[in-house]
Amino acid sequence: MSDTNAQSTAFVREAMLPAKPAPVTQVGAVRWLRENLFAGPVNSALTLIGMFLVYTLVTHFYPWFRHSVWNANSMAECRAAVTASFGDGATGACWAMIRERWHQFIFGFYPPELYWRPIAVFVLLFVALAPILFTQLPRVMLGFSVIYPLVAIWLLWGGSIWPVTMVAVGFGLGWLAMRRLSAYSSILAIVAAVLVPVLFWLFAVGPLDDLLTSVLPIGIEPVASDRFGGFLLAITIGVGGIVMSLPLGIILALGRQSDMFLIKTFSVVFIEFIRGVPLITLLFVASLLLNYFLPPGTNFDIILRVMILVTMFAAAYIAEVIRGGLAALPRGQYEAADALGLDYWKAQRLIILPQALKISIPGIVSTFIGMFKDTTLVTFVGLFDPLKGIPDFIRADFNWKGIYWEPFIFVGAIFFILNFSMSRYSMYLERKLKRDHR
Amino acid sequence: MTEPHFERDIDRSHMQVSDEIAIQINQMNKWYGQFHVLRDIDLTVNRGERIVIAGPSGSGKSTLIRCINRLEEHQSGQIIVDGTELTSDLKNIDKVRSEVGMVFQHFNLFPHLTILENCTLAPIWVRKVPKKEAEETAMHFLEKVKIPEQAHKYPGMLSGGQQQRVAIARSLCMRPRIMLFDEPTSALDPEMIKEVLDTMIELAEEGMTMLCVTHEMGFAQAVANRVIFMDQGQIVEQNNPHDFFHNPQSERTKLFLSQILGH
Ligand SMILES: Nc1ncnc2c1ncn2[C@@H]1O[C@H](COP(=O)(O)OP(=O)(O)OP(=O)(O)O)[C@@H](O)[C@H]1O
Ligand SMILES: [Mg+2]
Repeated sequence: MSDTNAQSTAFVREAMLPAKPAPVTQVGAVRWLRENLFAGPVNSALTLIGMFLVYTLVTHFYPWFRHSVWNANSMAECRAAVTASFGDGATGACWAMIRERWHQFIFGFYPPELYWRPIAVFVLLFVALAPILFTQLPRVMLGFSVIYPLVAIWLLWGGSIWPVTMVAVGFGLGWLAMRRLSAYSSILAIVAAVLVPVLFWLFAVGPLDDLLTSVLPIGIEPVASDRFGGFLLAITIGVGGIVMSLPLGIILALGRQSDMFLIKTFSVVFIEFIRGVPLITLLFVASLLLNYFLPPGTNFDIILRVMILVTMFAAAYIAEVIRGGLAALPRGQYEAADALGLDYWKAQRLIILPQALKISIPGIVSTFIGMFKDTTLVTFVGLFDPLKGIPDFIRADFNWKGIYWEPFIFVGAIFFILNFSMSRYSMYLERKLKRDHR
Repeated sequence: MTEPHFERDIDRSHMQVSDEIAIQINQMNKWYGQFHVLRDIDLTVNRGERIVIAGPSGSGKSTLIRCINRLEEHQSGQIIVDGTELTSDLKNIDKVRSEVGMVFQHFNLFPHLTILENCTLAPIWVRKVPKKEAEETAMHFLEKVKIPEQAHKYPGMLSGGQQQRVAIARSLCMRPRIMLFDEPTSALDPEMIKEVLDTMIELAEEGMTMLCVTHEMGFAQAVANRVIFMDQGQIVEQNNPHDFFHNPQSERTKLFLSQILGH
């Protein structure tokens, strides 16, 4: 056994080493290229193939974009303009169509002199969303968010102001009843909160509406649902579906977790049925079947019907996303809430849901984005969605017969902008919540 | 066997056991499916008692104290807490839960709320205390557990020992008459165990009725007036700490003590 080896030799450093710059292969662009694009033979090969594909795509489509025509009154004029400038056989995009018909992509067949109404609704949407999306804003702004849906409905469809007011009064009465009774029993309060408005709408609204309309006929010009189309239709259905499907999804998720057999069974059957059926089927139900179940003579608006089924569809998915969030919470959170004496609803509202929803944000937003894109399927029940309904209508015009890619690109770009903003917002929210709590 | 020593002397002037009964358990049984976890439990706890429950893993200690605030349901027998019998009646359960505080092994603080919000939540929503008053109470108890300066942080920013002290303060904010502890120090590093035990000793000094499941035998000897030893879902032995540790009667207790005390 030797006791003098390299490790045991005493050593004392006399001068500390200064930091030296890293070799060029370790910094800046060179390093980035090496690490990300040319890390090894396979990686390098993939990079080259990728570059070739991008090159092919760009060279294939670039001329079409470069030959864009912005001023023309028909497809034929577009073609002539392209041939005139770039010779025979050249192809070019005909954006002139968008220029002429953009308002139909946006508003459908809404009367042009009333465009201010959907525009106001859209602007007010952001006013209503702001305090919900950005918690820094003053809480009083939430008051407007609460009444916004009714304001939006009235502005979009027009007509007398009294029916929407009655709806609002019904909700108000339900809320008052709940406040009054919640001191005695949570269940009683919830039953009253549902029953009071329903009874009010069923029995009091008719006579009250007649009375008020005869005394004070306030109203704006009505616009029928068949005038809606394009993004106005997609956003109306999408936003309506989002607003209604989140609470419904939460209730379904809680129902599925419930100990009560009936509630649990109902939730499971509902969720599994809706998820097992294509959305198109549900839309056909909305357009055809629902009328059989309703009393004859009731005119149940087609957009509202579609919105309800889209809501149910999205709610089933959201319920499953939230169930994942609920399952991810440790049992200890439920136990601590119980041990402190919080009842079921308070524990859910104050402890469980804030945490479960936070975990579920990415999934919920994905569902919203999916749902918003799916609103284009309403074309199958005869509504004019922006992707197929409106372009088909425009193609039916002899002037624009044969136009193909331009509407897809235009509508796709708008969808992308809207969905990408939703996705970015969800990332912002996730980061913010993470920062807040750690 | 070495006597435990805490740095300061324990003030026993308020540690009085009264005749009033705080918890009464009669012939209580509990099953998990076919598994008989708790068997014929009889236990009476007087107000002001400090009881330590010990026993091997899986002997049913946690299950027993979780039955007392109905985190677990018992299938036969009676549990009466502060004169209220625990049945499936939700009113009784809520009443008992608001009188009984519980501290868990893993703290179970609410991570999305600040320390102060953790402490004021139940008083505001269950006891309907005005927010300002609830915050004052919360600060009072946070000072008592010596972390008032953390009030506006989130639980994730605190050490384990601090979190457990917050959990104790959170329970105290409900002004409970009985406190249950389920291995409050088992998830902590040694240096943090002491700060939590100190807090618990202070509570005992004020005359709180306490039931603690713990392996801290030093704490048991210093503070408890009774030690209960459980095995296989039964109470095997109970005695005052001195006799329990120095003169155990049953073979199981002797075996357990020799294992836990290491000789
Ligand atoms: N939810 C449950 N379902 C089925 N069995 C359970 C459940 N909870 C506990 N048990 C079983 O009941 C027995 C008693 O559990 P308990 O948690 O009360 O033991 P303990 O004495 O607290 O043990 P430890 O010291 O490990 O915490 C154990 O055998 C355990 O496996
Ligand atoms: Mg245990």
